[in-house]
Amino acid sequence: MTDTLSLAQETLLSPAGINEHHLKQVMEALATSSVDAADLFFQYSRLESWVLDDGIVKEGNFNLEQGAGLRAISGEKTGFAYTEAINLENLLEAAGSARAIARAGQSASIAVGTQQVPAPLYPPINPIDTLPDEEKIALLKRIDATARAADPRVKQVTVSLVAAHDIVLVMDNEGRIASDVRPLVRCSVQVIVEEGGRREQAGSGGGSRTGLEFFLKEERALGYAREAVRQALVNLEAIDTPAGAMAVVLGPGWPGILLHEAVGHGLEGDFNRKGPSAFSGRVGQKVASELCTVVDDGSIPGRRGSLTIDDEGTPTRETVLIENGVLKGYMQDRFNARLMQAPLTGNGRRESYAHLPMPRMTNTYLRAGDQDPEEIIRSVKKGLYAVNFSGGQVDITSGKFVFSLSEAYLIEDGRVTAPVKGATLIGNGPEVMTRVSMVGNDLQLDPGIGTCGKDGQSVPVGVGQPTLKVDEITVGGTAL
Amino acid sequence: MSQNIEQLEQMVADLLAEARRLGASAADAAVSASAGLSVTVRLGEVETIEHNRDQGLGITVYFGKRKGSASTTDLNPKALKETVAKACTIARNTSEDECAGLADPELLAHDYPDLDLHHPWEISPEQAIGIARDCETAARDFDLRITNSEGATLNTVEGSFVYGNSHGFVGGYPTTRHSLSCVVMAQEDECMQRDWWYDTRRAAEELASPAAIGEQAAKRVVARLGGRKLGTCEAPVIFRADVAPGLLRSLVGAIRGHAQYRQASFLPDVLEQRIFPEWVRIHEAPLIPRGLASAPFDNEGVATHPRDFIREGVVRSYVLDSYSACKLGMTTTGNAGGVRNLAIESNGGSLEALLKRMDRGLLVTELMGQGVNPVTGDYSRGATGFWVEDGTLQYPVEEITIAGNLREMFGQLVAVGNDTDIPGSVRTGSWLIERMTIAGN
Repeated sequence: MTDTLSLAQETLLSPAGINEHHLKQVMEALATSSVDAADLFFQYSRLESWVLDDGIVKEGNFNLEQGAGLRAISGEKTGFAYTEAINLENLLEAAGSARAIARAGQSASIAVGTQQVPAPLYPPINPIDTLPDEEKIALLKRIDATARAADPRVKQVTVSLVAAHDIVLVMDNEGRIASDVRPLVRCSVQVIVEEGGRREQAGSGGGSRTGLEFFLKEERALGYAREAVRQALVNLEAIDTPAGAMAVVLGPGWPGILLHEAVGHGLEGDFNRKGPSAFSGRVGQKVASELCTVVDDGSIPGRRGSLTIDDEGTPTRETVLIENGVLKGYMQDRFNARLMQAPLTGNGRRESYAHLPMPRMTNTYLRAGDQDPEEIIRSVKKGLYAVNFSGGQVDITSGKFVFSLSEAYLIEDGRVTAPVKGATLIGNGPEVMTRVSMVGNDLQLDPGIGTCGKDGQSVPVGVGQPTLKVDEITVGGTAL
Repeated sequence: MSQNIEQLEQMVADLLAEARRLGASAADAAVSASAGLSVTVRLGEVETIEHNRDQGLGITVYFGKRKGSASTTDLNPKALKETVAKACTIARNTSEDECAGLADPELLAHDYPDLDLHHPWEISPEQAIGIARDCETAARDFDLRITNSEGATLNTVEGSFVYGNSHGFVGGYPTTRHSLSCVVMAQEDECMQRDWWYDTRRAAEELASPAAIGEQAAKRVVARLGGRKLGTCEAPVIFRADVAPGLLRSLVGAIRGHAQYRQASFLPDVLEQRIFPEWVRIHEAPLIPRGLASAPFDNEGVATHPRDFIREGVVRSYVLDSYSACKLGMTTTGNAGGVRNLAIESNGGSLEALLKRMDRGLLVTELMGQGVNPVTGDYSRGATGFWVEDGTLQYPVEEITIAGNLREMFGQLVAVGNDTDIPGSVRTGSWLIERMTIAGN
């Protein structure tokens, strides 16, 4: 038995007096003979957050949550029930509700065993306890002071520091049990600057699956403050964005959110099984420029989007989605993999025990090419250099996506010139991928700030890419 | 449910007592519990049946002018004690804040009306499946070009909540909410489109019929087929009623006390200033019986009242809770937790009349992306809709953006239609804006 598993059992099951025999009893009540698959998901989570605003530590919040979600699958039907109070009576009642999806059938007999879980990608710690409260407060104040000292035009600074501790235990209808202890920390800084009556804002931040000391290393968090101020000051100088179709060079790292929206969601198994994705049924076809190799990799140590096992107990791995422009495969959870007869990829994720798992991205990025980023910019006569995004959205059926730029510049005659404000990019995912004409050698992953929403469920994710050039995207600006 | 309310009241009392025992000088707490059923039918077959049972509580404690908060979904007595203790630990580390504290006791809703928000729907999973199936079938049968579906979902929730604070206020009531939605796909040649429609109500008998919702989803998606891009240009724009609430939300965000005292608004210091044309009135009606956002008191227990935020085009009130009111030297407007049943008065007749008045321009039916900057008012979002000539729809358009600045857009509001029959808590018709930049080819 692994240490993680004993910790999970002691935290989630022992307080309610639940042992393996009880788990077997609940699973047998859930997985009758007409049920194709079933699982029990137990979760314990603690989240602490602090907010500094207006120069003082105004808010602190602590959230305790735990519960169990029970799922029974019969064909394409899913029955689901959950309970916040983990005890045998509630679990059996929930099993009865979830099982009602299937025809009545005989109880199956389950043999309980422990699943082989790969080496953890992050330490099994509670990150909330990795710094004393006084030091968390001191860190917030230092970040605030750093931002204000960076420039007299800084008028407002908001800093948040969040640490989350998650322990999960999942058991499937074959009786396999797996568990994971997941730390997650995040720090973000928002500033407002003012000059001559004009105000602009910008933000920066980062995070990782580790302890809060992450932010102290090499004064990392103070770097977020300086970066937020730098971006806000750039925006003070920004001119109106030109409107219309033009070449766009995307910077490395966080702009990879474009891939996440433009192609990532369209490659999630559920959309493809049901057929509403612009990429449905296109495995083996060329869907992007041959310069594009896109992977999803949940197994990178310490990353925000990483998981040792997904929320169905499947070990995460690197999955090549697009290789040299050719569509290779989709991201799957158990339900869709079974129906599509596709391999499991470790992408079955859920926001919490109170939500059903779905195929979701982990860390999705475009592999490096061989071009010098400077050369890429030099190749553009008139276009846009997009360095930072504030968010994006996609309609996977039509393939249309939208991004909001938070830092962007004009490119004129191969040189980066004036900053522009309030720009939006809009395009069609599959189309944009065929227009990628240059890929840089400077692959970067984002600093650990991404959260992805789908069907009302939020999960932490990572994105990344090298500098790349798209020959034409529509830029939504105000200047004609 | 009444017994349930009493249980929640007892829990709030216990939480406040525990906070006092741990030395808090003031505290408030909210506890909620709900149960619901959600079923989805896709391509005529049951896809999911979810039984939802949620509960949770939040407590905020004050030690003088310092505050700490904690919340949990675990309502057993041990977790409750741990939650209160955590809130107290946090309060020892936050800063002294002059404005921290409970609402003024005189403003609390000690006597509040029953707003008729509780209409449980005794419905079995089988009945729910039948309704969802009728809805999806109506959509799929509407047009041969409807080729696929993400299904129809029926959702019903019954819940209760209680709020109390150490001024002696305690209040709570049960509520219900029922929704039916349908998402379908249409295809023609290479073009695939997706769209949806829904309704949501406090009482099930007020829900639109399954067939009406399904047909509306089908009409919307079929109308999008064959969309084209537009050339980059300037033109007048109509935000159809179902996308117009976003503009009202941007306004509310800008006149919220928090945005005002932090100077983080594109409308700084606008009280008593004109930001809309003279005919514009925007108000909230928190006490509408059966209203989706109705509430007799806000998240601090302060009594809510009907209120004009904009009258004769002028900002008459900010959106305030006790904290932001204190920061601005004002009195709370009972908007802790937001505005309730926001509405804008119509002056423009039907959508058809608005289209005639616009003559040539863009009708926007869907917006994408988060391109609204709350500090500068810069607005740039992806849009889908129809190109209009001679006051009539010409063809669907997609993959374009519309851009402008919210302050200028508010000033250039030409008319608001009377086509206010949209689901949700915001009451608005379509908005005709004089001019925006459209980016396309």
